[in-house]
Amino acid sequence: MNRIGVFVCHCGSNIAAAVDVKQVAEALGREQNVVFSAEYQYMCSENGQKLIKNAVKENALTGIVVCSCSPRMHEATFRKTASEAGINPYMVEIANIREQCSWVHKDITAATSKAIILGRAAIAKVRFNEPLTVGESGVTKRALVIGGGIAGIQTALDIADAGYKVDIVEKKPTIGGKMAQLDKTFPTLDCAACILTPKMVEAARHENIKLYTYSEVEEVKGYVGNFSVKIRKKARYVRENLCSGCGACALKCPSRNSGNEFNTGLDKRGAIYIPFAQAIPNIPVIDAEHCIKFRTGKCGLCQMNCAAQAIDFSQKDEIIEEKYGAIVAATGFDIINLDKFGEYGYKTYPDVVTSLEFERIMNAAGPTKGHLERPSDGRQPKTLVFVQCVGSRDTSGRGKEYCSKICCMYTAKHAMLTREKYPDTDVYVFYIDVRAPGKNFDEFYRRAAEQYGVHYIKGMVGKIYDDGNGNLMVRGSDIIANEQLTIKADMVILAAAAKPDDSARSLGTMLTASMDTNDFFTEAHPKLRPVESPTAGVFLSGFCQGPKDIPETVAQAGAAAVKVIGLLSKDRLKSNPCVARSDSLICSGCSNCEKVCPFGAITYADARVNDGTGMETRRVAVVNEAVCHGCGACAAACPSGAMDLMGFTSKQIFAEVDAVCR
Amino acid sequence: MVYDYYPGCTLKSKASRFDISAVKAAEALGAEMREIPEWQCCGGVYPMACDEIAHRLPSVRALNEAKNNGRDLLTVCSACYHVLKSVNYDMKNSMDVRSKTNSYLEYEKEYKGETRVVHYLEMLRDDIGFDAVSEKVVNPLKELKIAPYYGCLILRPSKIIGFDDAENPVTMENFIKALGGDPVVYPFRNECCGGYAVAEDKAIAEKKSREIIECAKKHGADMMITACPLCMYNLKKYADIPIKYFTEILCEALGIEADGE
Repeated sequence: MNRIGVFVCHCGSNIAAAVDVKQVAEALGREQNVVFSAEYQYMCSENGQKLIKNAVKENALTGIVVCSCSPRMHEATFRKTASEAGINPYMVEIANIREQCSWVHKDITAATSKAIILGRAAIAKVRFNEPLTVGESGVTKRALVIGGGIAGIQTALDIADAGYKVDIVEKKPTIGGKMAQLDKTFPTLDCAACILTPKMVEAARHENIKLYTYSEVEEVKGYVGNFSVKIRKKARYVRENLCSGCGACALKCPSRNSGNEFNTGLDKRGAIYIPFAQAIPNIPVIDAEHCIKFRTGKCGLCQMNCAAQAIDFSQKDEIIEEKYGAIVAATGFDIINLDKFGEYGYKTYPDVVTSLEFERIMNAAGPTKGHLERPSDGRQPKTLVFVQCVGSRDTSGRGKEYCSKICCMYTAKHAMLTREKYPDTDVYVFYIDVRAPGKNFDEFYRRAAEQYGVHYIKGMVGKIYDDGNGNLMVRGSDIIANEQLTIKADMVILAAAAKPDDSARSLGTMLTASMDTNDFFTEAHPKLRPVESPTAGVFLSGFCQGPKDIPETVAQAGAAAVKVIGLLSKDRLKSNPCVARSDSLICSGCSNCEKVCPFGAITYADARVNDGTGMETRRVAVVNEAVCHGCGACAAACPSGAMDLMGFTSKQIFAEVDAVCR
Repeated sequence: MVYDYYPGCTLKSKASRFDISAVKAAEALGAEMREIPEWQCCGGVYPMACDEIAHRLPSVRALNEAKNNGRDLLTVCSACYHVLKSVNYDMKNSMDVRSKTNSYLEYEKEYKGETRVVHYLEMLRDDIGFDAVSEKVVNPLKELKIAPYYGCLILRPSKIIGFDDAENPVTMENFIKALGGDPVVYPFRNECCGGYAVAEDKAIAEKKSREIIECAKKHGADMMITACPLCMYNLKKYADIPIKYFTEILCEALGIEADGE
């Protein structure tokens, strides 16, 4: 027999000003099964909760309806109150008469009757509530970080320092990511390698960190606290345990046809190579596609010259299986392909380069040893034109609609460094807006414009072309002077839009972690849970969640680590009992639920069922409660009504609807 | 191959040689251009105002005619092509324009942008094929460095017109190659000649046209071709090299006589 108590909150004047709370309490008090009804100024206060507890005891209540604010605010509070009063916390229902009633209505009569209807619906629902118990599962005390750039390295270091084991999986032969390719960093102009490489070394030497470089995640199964992951360790054709990293093999390699990725293809590397001097691990890798031995069967010079006998042409990819409690996506960024931006002539003119290429040109370890030389003829350019927002803030459908966030600052950096090292150069920057809202950022940009004499032109470039005499002409608009201008340039640098790395999409699918239309990972809450994916146990670090510069990336990396540490520090995880459940007697095994489940929580298994005509084996849906988020998609998709969501059963929902329509 | 043909006003007056050469060359290539009856001026300019219906009606009438005939609507003039294609895009994608236009025209069946609008160059490229054109060439345009001039109307806005890559188009270059000529690739081939601005301010058209001609010459052009009577009007005034409609050199290569203004 249901004995329901109703508690109507005034919320100061938040509710009471637009709803006659006394009338609501009286009306709901007359409902069937309601044995107690009261109103109070602040139901969430100590005294309000005491009122509830006393009412439970004095009236032997079995269910509670609180008419108050949104359940997002105080559902947890009132569940705890119920629990303290000795009834199951899931016997509490909230009727939201604030956000969905008093705040949005002015007419007190209408608002009061709506509040009564909402209360009735909650009463109707709570009649069918069943006590639910919170489940528990264990936690594997090891984290996986996918991506070995600054984001992944920082997250891994922070987790490792807290005493937990971390594995980093990096698809390239070395960790370091994009930051390793940068020359200087804004706004302090410290050298990127000088601040990054110590962290790379620390990650490699840390007793709690294991590096899987030249490796990719191939399969992710399981759920928060209990992921099981397959990692493909690609064949390097070099035995890591034997190689001393002397580099003799790379020197002897006769193949010189491969574009050097680290230098953005501006120079060539051998088929066996170490990506850069400070690479970690300092072990070469053979690019089988360009290796003469692999292509023709003849050569093997590297093998002959390897004193450690580490070269192994027969090496195969290796699959590693490991269990993790938490996974961090730190897949970073790349720049967009500029094929669709024909007006800039990036493919046509060798002296039109991207900012990342310029970064390598300015870097002492780059293809020009840090001398500003243009690609076409190696001459030092005298006039440089920087073009910002190439594909960023783009509404033409060719680029990205968002602001890439980092370009204004790195362009100011490039312009400033150019003027400092080569005072005889003229430097122009075309911009839509200069966005410099970080610490010391605006000062930095102004220094470029005011002290270093960089010519900032507000406007976009419409065309970059050859004037017929081999001169690069940049035609753009100066919207402040309201004129078109053409600059004869020796070199043009395009700030191409940044985008999430291509590997993010497939990883997102494997992790069942949601992504936005730009392939950025979505955070669980844009303001309050910025480093967590909505998928439990998956965390986000760095650019893969949204455009970020280095300080922001490092901050987010640390935040993600804290969340991981918080998870790994628990021995048992409590799970939400409001999950889907399938009735194997009714389930027809149609797979509809499996198809709509965004979290991969539903699998199919053979079950022995007795439908009254005898035992038989049927293929039925099984919900993994630890993975289920309780979204209810499966319950809605189920044609036979076998699938139900605990706490929100069809029976409960229909009872609510009936009460509203009464 | 039979097309419904929308010539447009200029091809029936100032640019009659464009019309005549196009029809004759098509005939030689096995394509019949059936001029639609009672076509009206497309307006020459696509109306940018999204609530402007009256100026879209002539295009819709022509498009609907072609739909009823079950044929593609072929144009030779870039400006007509631009207007027809843009209006067709509206009829397909803008519910507002579609419903207002249809409730005014009161057709038995609503027109919803079903007709395919084809530029003559697209016909050569996609339907006949440049290879097939090439086979019919009797007077290859040898030793002629020809600069194709696209202008804007046939290219932009690329999302709607979709004729070719608006920044690096190749259709006319391939057309010239098919005729045995040597195309000149120069950066200003897709710049605006000044267009209708000439009616307001001749200096703009002069500046733009001279730039384009100079650029083509600097890159080695002996001759320029265009697909637009308005471009022809602007460029011709300042050019010291021959400028022809692309259909004229097509007739030359195919060995066809075609006269006209």
